[in-house]
Amino acid sequence: MKAAKTLIVQVLRQPDKMQSMSMKEWDLLIRQSRHADMLAHIYALLEQKNLLASIPTKPLAHLESANTVVKRHAQAIRWEVHNLRKALETADLPLVLLKGAAYLIAELPPARGRIFSDVDILVPKAKLNQAEAALRLHGWDASHHDAYDQRYYRTWMHELPPMMHNQRQSVVDLHHNILPETARFHPDPAKLLESAISAGNTPQIKVLAPVDMVLHSATHLFHEGELEHGLRDLTDMDSLLRYFSSIPSFWEDLDARAKEMDLVRPLFYALHYCSEILETPLSATIIQSMKRFQPAWPLVSIMDALYGRALSPVHPSCSDWLTGFARWALYIRSHWLRMPAGLLARHLFHKAFYSKKPE
Amino acid sequence: MNVSDLNHSELRSLLKSTGLTLQTGPFITHIQSSISSVSENIALLYADHALAEDNGFADFHVQLAPPGNLRHWFRPQVLFSFDNRIPFKPLPLDQAFPMLEWGMNWCVSGHSHQYLILHAAVLEMQGRAVILPAPPGSGKSTLCAALANRGWRLLSDELTLISKAGGALVPLCRPVSLKNQSIQVIRNFEPTAVLSRAVRDTVKGTVAHMKPPATSVAQSQLTAMPAWIVFPKYQAGAETQLAMQPKSRAFMQMIENAFNYSLLGAQGFHMMTDLIDRCDCYDFTYSNLDEAIAVFADLTPPAI
Repeated sequence: MKAAKTLIVQVLRQPDKMQSMSMKEWDLLIRQSRHADMLAHIYALLEQKNLLASIPTKPLAHLESANTVVKRHAQAIRWEVHNLRKALETADLPLVLLKGAAYLIAELPPARGRIFSDVDILVPKAKLNQAEAALRLHGWDASHHDAYDQRYYRTWMHELPPMMHNQRQSVVDLHHNILPETARFHPDPAKLLESAISAGNTPQIKVLAPVDMVLHSATHLFHEGELEHGLRDLTDMDSLLRYFSSIPSFWEDLDARAKEMDLVRPLFYALHYCSEILETPLSATIIQSMKRFQPAWPLVSIMDALYGRALSPVHPSCSDWLTGFARWALYIRSHWLRMPAGLLARHLFHKAFYSKKPE
Repeated sequence: MNVSDLNHSELRSLLKSTGLTLQTGPFITHIQSSISSVSENIALLYADHALAEDNGFADFHVQLAPPGNLRHWFRPQVLFSFDNRIPFKPLPLDQAFPMLEWGMNWCVSGHSHQYLILHAAVLEMQGRAVILPAPPGSGKSTLCAALANRGWRLLSDELTLISKAGGALVPLCRPVSLKNQSIQVIRNFEPTAVLSRAVRDTVKGTVAHMKPPATSVAQSQLTAMPAWIVFPKYQAGAETQLAMQPKSRAFMQMIENAFNYSLLGAQGFHMMTDLIDRCDCYDFTYSNLDEAIAVFADLTPPAI
């Protein structure tokens, strides 16, 4: 597994290594972390292990600088969540947060040292129009003005085009499902909403149940075509699994829910790469169960060759002659999984010949 | 070892191969480029700068190279990359050195939040520093270059770094960027000043860089405490006029001129109030550099 050999992954596996690194290694670690967008994650890791005092000043400055950005960003997201809750209340809808904002508000480990570019929320499909209207009334505007883009999102996707706030420039993605309508797998979003739980001490703000959170994270990562942040997302998954594994029957529930939601394949990949790259401890039961669902071995070894490369930081020190091809192949695969071939061809044709070029 | 200890061909081949590790203030920049104007200008303007001791660590890794396409023969271009990432669109090849300067400013202002960073020039005399914040076109760099040639120690022409511990100003002594008429103004004012060849038609008009005084570069380790904030305004034919400014207004104007004020949150607020409290704040209108120098020589320390 190519990614497992990179310095940053070595450090994620064994943070103690950082106490005795040479300046040359620090140089490389800072560069790889910057490219993986994980500088602040490394800072959080050192803070957690009480190692900050043993780190040389120069690299530490870069880690601290990134941590400053993350802290400020978290503050902004909290304020955004507060405003979104108020907006959705007018439509009588609870605020169900997905991904980054959910980790932050529910104070889960992946939020440490992590920046999320936008807030993702989930509403029932039947209420999509009300939710959208409420957001527009409170200052969020649609970003894609191209009629084709609007139709593409509304007909085939699992979310509306991103909406940007006209004063704060913050972006919200309004989801009604976790995978596109046209995708190969069909999780039922009603079940996700049903099982959502209150985050922190505000009953009107909800996050997905632990098993659903893991499944969503897995689904997202293994349907994602652009994997520049693949390692960071895999690290999110790793810290969720480590954290939730203390819940009794977590692994059994995860296994059952994956089957119920038609998400076994993405879960298999997520657990497989977490354990191969980040040495995430898994339960024996889930390993057994996943074995029955894993793809045929030639496919697994091809995927290992591709993901093993694409989940590394985008940095020359983490690349070989196959890395570019691996990224390209997984990009194609992601489209393949999200859209039937005929529709994909039609969509790409439109994008190539009809769409207005971005300014 | 300084840049001037290398001859032209040594410097050129170092930049082409393993790269040059340049020490500027608290930062080590690792520069790689095979473009001749880059190595010529580094030799000219960074002669007194130290090469960082090579322990393998650099704060920023930058490269300047022509994009690998057919533009090689037709209006050749240059790309700036920050450790293989490309933050800006390519520029015409003859702007390679200004692009390096702008790129290095961007490296610092976007990735060094261990400081409060102001878009301002800063110089020091007898242990007291003056900060010259100014939007482009106010004549800040002209005034800064003039002061640096009349005994003031140059800490920085573009980026004022304020340390979180104690509010000291950290020097980042690099070439002074001069634009349009101010290039000739400084040539006339100080014929011995070393200037790079002017580059035309950049986004900022015609640009040239002035080599910082060797003594300023040599004292790059020496921080200074702020004493005055002066908002300069060049106006052709205007009387030289220094007017005390209310601190509340200076505060608001400083925020406008800070790169990462809001990013630092409450800490940014406290650092900024601290800075304003320490300083006397002035508006300064000028058209004659000699008169301006005289006014600065007469600045009285703030009564604290």
